[in-house]
Amino acid sequence: MSAEGNAARPAHTAPPPRSLPGGGERRLHRLVAIVADRPGVLNRVSSLMRARNFNIDSLAVSRTDREGFSRMTISLHGDDIAVEQAAKQLYRLIDVLKVQDVTAEPTVEHELALIKLRVTEANRGEILKVIELARGRVLDVAPDAVIAEVSGSEAEVDAFVAVVRGFGIKELVRTGAVVMARGAGSIEEAVKK
Amino acid sequence: MTLTKGDRARRSHMPAEGTEHAAAVERAQREMLHEGSASSSVPAGERAARPRIGADVLCEALLRQGVEVMFSYPGGVILPLYDILGDYPQLRHVLVRHEQGGAHAADGYARATGKVGVCVGTSGPGATNLVTGIGTAMLDSIPMVAITGNVPSALIGKDAFQEIDINGITLPMTKHNYLVRDANELPRVIAEAFHIARSGRPGPVHVDITKDALQQETAATHPSDEEVVAGLPGFRPTMDGNYKQLKVAAAELAAAERPVILAGHGILHAGAEAELQAFAERINAPIAWTLLGIGAIDERHPLAYGFMGMHGWKHVNRAIQSADLLFAVGMRFDDRVTGNVRTYAPYARIIHVDIDPAEIGKNVAVEVPIVGDAKRVLATLTPMVEAVPAERRAPYLEQLAEWKRESEGSSWHGSGAWRDGMLSADYVVERIGELTDHEGIYVGDVGQNQMWLARYAGFRHPNTHLSSGGLGTMGYAVPAAMGAALGVPEREVWAIVGDGGFQMTSQELMTLVQDEIPVKIALFDNKKLGMIRQWQEIIYAGNFHSAHLMGPDYLKLAEAYGIPSIKASTPADVDEAIRFAQAVDGPALVWFEITGEQNVFPMMPAGKGLSDLIEEWGTPE
Ligand SMILES: Cc1ncc(C[n+]2csc(CCOP(=O)(O)OP(=O)(O)O)c2C)c(N)n1
Ligand SMILES: [Mg+2]
Repeated sequence: MSAEGNAARPAHTAPPPRSLPGGGERRLHRLVAIVADRPGVLNRVSSLMRARNFNIDSLAVSRTDREGFSRMTISLHGDDIAVEQAAKQLYRLIDVLKVQDVTAEPTVEHELALIKLRVTEANRGEILKVIELARGRVLDVAPDAVIAEVSGSEAEVDAFVAVVRGFGIKELVRTGAVVMARGAGSIEEAVKK
Repeated sequence: MTLTKGDRARRSHMPAEGTEHAAAVERAQREMLHEGSASSSVPAGERAARPRIGADVLCEALLRQGVEVMFSYPGGVILPLYDILGDYPQLRHVLVRHEQGGAHAADGYARATGKVGVCVGTSGPGATNLVTGIGTAMLDSIPMVAITGNVPSALIGKDAFQEIDINGITLPMTKHNYLVRDANELPRVIAEAFHIARSGRPGPVHVDITKDALQQETAATHPSDEEVVAGLPGFRPTMDGNYKQLKVAAAELAAAERPVILAGHGILHAGAEAELQAFAERINAPIAWTLLGIGAIDERHPLAYGFMGMHGWKHVNRAIQSADLLFAVGMRFDDRVTGNVRTYAPYARIIHVDIDPAEIGKNVAVEVPIVGDAKRVLATLTPMVEAVPAERRAPYLEQLAEWKRESEGSSWHGSGAWRDGMLSADYVVERIGELTDHEGIYVGDVGQNQMWLARYAGFRHPNTHLSSGGLGTMGYAVPAAMGAALGVPEREVWAIVGDGGFQMTSQELMTLVQDEIPVKIALFDNKKLGMIRQWQEIIYAGNFHSAHLMGPDYLKLAEAYGIPSIKASTPADVDEAIRFAQAVDGPALVWFEITGEQNVFPMMPAGKGLSDLIEEWGTPE
């Protein structure tokens, strides 16, 4: 690129505006983080995401099989650069040991939902059948309500919820997705000692 | 079992009788009233025989870290520390007048010495008073350990007297923070806090310690450095640049015709001044610096080009806007440096070196990212890049020199008197620089005074310009100068402060006297929140709401504190006033009555680009 000063150039050949980080196409990303199992670590992660203006879609936290390690699955929308920035910000936390964006990798992804549906004598049979057909499981039956469980990818859970919505949802809870990369690679094993 | 309303109320207020929890709460409540606290019953003469408690472990740990001074203020829950501090005469304790002053003093000490600064406060209001100082240190990556006491652990979460969730408050503005409820954890926590504060990208660490932990008897031993590092698997700063990226950078540098080096605070943190100079000399490229990058290179060096950004020199911003390559090291493309990113350095490819990976690609997209310590990266990269002889750069460097002559000679600067006949601030700053042989430490406050200092004092050494850059904290200068003066007694320390900022932390004048800290205060009294007035004049059509500011008779104020002072109102007074302050053995104050009409130019209005500098306003005399 030619290197003349701004002033030396006629306005019509002005260079294109510098692109802003984070201005690209937004899509769903899944970050997997291994963190130290210390009090307050969830607060640190969620506080950082809030302060840095990243909006978390869902966050699932659990122990791992290793003492001292917890695992988080963070789902968020953003362009690739913004999400990379989120991952780098997470690394600034002392308790964060490893972060991977597994969005582009082959993964197994699963979410669990519990749904409490309104039922009547008249439609109970139909509802139970629909739950079964839609690959749900009935966990509790009361005279005027049932609790169904469904698990699968987010899209599968979405589809199930759409099917049963017509019966009247009294309560719904979803765990948020948990994911794991396919193959032999292990984020836990990748944590530096 | 169903409870009646009354039952439930009673049960929720009281832990079941006879349980350990109940005993702990009862003990804690007694301690809050200062009854029967562990060591207060020990007469002074018998201190040597007393048991070792958490507060001792804290002092031992501080001494092991090489701490020589701490800036602190006592209060109920941290009194166990003050009860034993007398046994550690090697730990100098400066009793500040406000915890914010303590935090800024620790910050000033850290910036001037490169060591970790330490401040201490009590729970609740003591802790919240520290917050502004911790935030100031965070935004400028200053190594600091802030220690607070908290209520006894059994009372945490009960809204006990002076309890506030200070850990929750400092969490987003520290590099890391801790709550310690057990004295046995103190050795590890304090060692980790110092390690984290000073390693990689430095920053403040907050350690909150419950009162019972400070009083707890303990035989805990201190960890070795290796144990500390091993205990922090999530903290392994990258020091050396990636070799492949360094090669790419070398190729980019070889191809560049109009490179500009952007030097930031990271150069000072890494102690990379010599490496920076060697690098610049090898490729014959000019060095521009950020506010906190002042001192990265001696301003007299032929390749030292100048201060960039919102109130930077026009020639510097011009060079950046016409550069074909920016080599940024230890700086973070703050909005005060770039202005509108869309129009920033439109012809330039960017190589960005920083120890914090999160800084790279945060504000501007870059072509060559290099994560690493500035000193190590520059030392490795310099021999890898093709040397560019002066002849090849001659036309470029000549053009830069011409731009520099033009902008330095412009009308907004140079005369001692402003158009209204009153003192002009830039002149005063220049004289302070001259009369101190540019060998002092100059601590700026915030506002116009800060920008005049940055532009006109003439800096030669690293860590001799201290300024709250990121947070822009008014009231910073006087307490920070206090810390700097204690840390570097061999340099004359000047606080350059506006009348607004001075009135925010002037209580520390008494600390200067009580602790005999020889800070020279240059009070720039324009009877205005000058920078506010400037923005209102230029951006808000001259609506000067709240810009006018009254002040006391500063000579009387200084006298009341026992500080020698003098007033200078004309250019002819300036040198004599500065010399007067220099001659005082101890703190001194010079009241510069300056014009309230002068603006700092050039100025890039917020949101505009570096090419949109306002250079003058109205017609100068
Ligand atoms: C604690 C704090 N409050 C408010 C501001 C906003 N502010 C920036 S500059 C300024 C005016 C400073 O006035 P003064 O200290 O007299 O310095 P001058 O600009 O006149 O040199 C203000 C109010 C700030 N930076 N810090
Ligand atoms: Mg002022």
